[in-house]
Amino acid sequence: MYESRTKRLNVAAVALLGFFLWWAQGNLDGYKIQILNLVAINIILALSLNLIYGFTGLFSLGHAGFMAIGAYVSSLLILPAAQKEMIFLLEPLVWPLSVLQAPFFVAVLAGGVAAALFGLLISLPVLRLGGDYLGIATLGFAEIVRVVANNLSGITNGALGLKGIPNHANIWWNYGWCLFTLYFIARLVNSNFGNVLKAIRDDETAARAMGIDVLRCKVVSFSIGAFFAGVGGALMASLLTTIDPKMFLFLLTFNVLMIVVAGGLGSLSGTVIAGVVITVLLEWLRFVENPVTIGSFHIPGIPGMRMVIFSMALLFIILFRREGIMGMREITWNGIIGVCRRKGEKDRD
Amino acid sequence: MTERETALETQGVTMRFGGLTALHDFSIRVHRGSIVGLIGPNGAGKTTCFNVMTGFYRPTEGKVLFEGRDLTAKGPHEVCREGIARTFQNIRLFSNETVLQNVMIGCHVRTPLNWWETPLPFGVGAKKEKEIREKAYHLLEEVELAHLADECAASLPYGAQRRLEIARALATEPRFLLLDEPAAGMNPQESQKLMAFIRHIRERFNLTVMFIEHDMKVVMGVCEYIWVLDYGVLIAEGAPKEIQADPRVIEAYLGEEAVADA
Repeated sequence: MYESRTKRLNVAAVALLGFFLWWAQGNLDGYKIQILNLVAINIILALSLNLIYGFTGLFSLGHAGFMAIGAYVSSLLILPAAQKEMIFLLEPLVWPLSVLQAPFFVAVLAGGVAAALFGLLISLPVLRLGGDYLGIATLGFAEIVRVVANNLSGITNGALGLKGIPNHANIWWNYGWCLFTLYFIARLVNSNFGNVLKAIRDDETAARAMGIDVLRCKVVSFSIGAFFAGVGGALMASLLTTIDPKMFLFLLTFNVLMIVVAGGLGSLSGTVIAGVVITVLLEWLRFVENPVTIGSFHIPGIPGMRMVIFSMALLFIILFRREGIMGMREITWNGIIGVCRRKGEKDRD
Repeated sequence: MTERETALETQGVTMRFGGLTALHDFSIRVHRGSIVGLIGPNGAGKTTCFNVMTGFYRPTEGKVLFEGRDLTAKGPHEVCREGIARTFQNIRLFSNETVLQNVMIGCHVRTPLNWWETPLPFGVGAKKEKEIREKAYHLLEEVELAHLADECAASLPYGAQRRLEIARALATEPRFLLLDEPAAGMNPQESQKLMAFIRHIRERFNLTVMFIEHDMKVVMGVCEYIWVLDYGVLIAEGAPKEIQADPRVIEAYLGEEAVADA
């Protein structure tokens, strides 16, 4: 009974979201639509990192690397041949890539698959490490990807990056992928396979004793996370229409990590909430970087002030609410209905 | 003792950590279907012995055989797949998960749910999920924890956590169960109940049980055969009566109190 109610409410929520997006497309300006798009992409990225870090306990800082792989692969597949010829000034694009073309959906999928393959490749040596060492190793991986992208001019166009990427990533694609990611990861972590991942996070020794092939499960989780990071990167490339290696610095991983930690490690609803709040705040807080005049006192604009505020906010979260907004809890329909009912009973009394 | 009756056998197992020999030339044979004990003073190498048997340590020398198959080179999860399950001295539950989820995790080794089976709410994955949930629930009923199925594992009282850990081990469908100090921290009534419980699950699940225990009442009450370790060396073995009378054991372990009793 609960299950069918949950299903109906989920369908209703998706319909509501669809209606909102349809309304937004007709009534909001381009800047606000852009923010809505970024919300969707950031949620995809944060959900994938939460799967790796929050649910499996693998402290990974390699998200920017997977995003870069996804972004480059899918961009090269959707760039028209003429455009490719035009932007590759240093070296012409190597042969199969110069003529290869794919529809947007396939390109994004390919970006995700490529990222997942790299995830699989590095996970075998890297996942033998634990804790902080894993963080350093994956950070190194992301850096390697960036440096390679900077120097492999025949494929990535080096530091010039790719320009004029077709802007296919509209609000429907982004939210479509976002919902798919949420659905897939939610199903995964709520299944017994998800229980196994959480077991590895909670107590690896006990998980081994329970017959769980810990390394294999970690590799699966890491690769699935990498897949969605690649998808997020691919969508972002198409949304921004231009990418270059400088975009994929550690700061990009940091932004995603901030959403995951603020939302709660091991909470999908927390990630969604934090994804919305932080993405919106990141834009809204731009005013603090503008020059301010208070009376006769003039403060020049300080670029980067937003990040100072965010870093401080993160510091406060770690100090006073380490488990994030939601901790490991989830908002469920049954929970909401339960709260409403209790409130209703209280009002009646 | 014929080959068929032996469940687990160790042959000259030696475990060295650098210069320290934690276990020296340890050879035992455990009868199938028996309840046996491993005792010894603190630091005698009992837990090391368990860690060797369950694949957490690879012995420096010697072999571990389970039902005739060599386990020496196998990792913990492979040993579990072979049919040996264990509990830990300091309870190691998955503390953020519910009681039911803890047991479900134990079911994974026999009914593995693959990641690609999870997205669809119907089909093979959903069927397996249901099967696992039901099996886990039945096991909880068996250990009288079913009413706590949705509680967080960490919130359980101590005795219930011990039982849950055993239920989780049973979920892996073992034929051989290793219990590391199951009665630690229990009062006499609780350990009395535990003994009955161990006998019950042995019958119910057709197990061979080996455990480490400090509580002599439990050891002498439930074990059919006992091995005594001291400083990594096997100093005595036999039925409880013989062990109680063995002067070396009394000297090494049971102490003056036992001498006075005898």
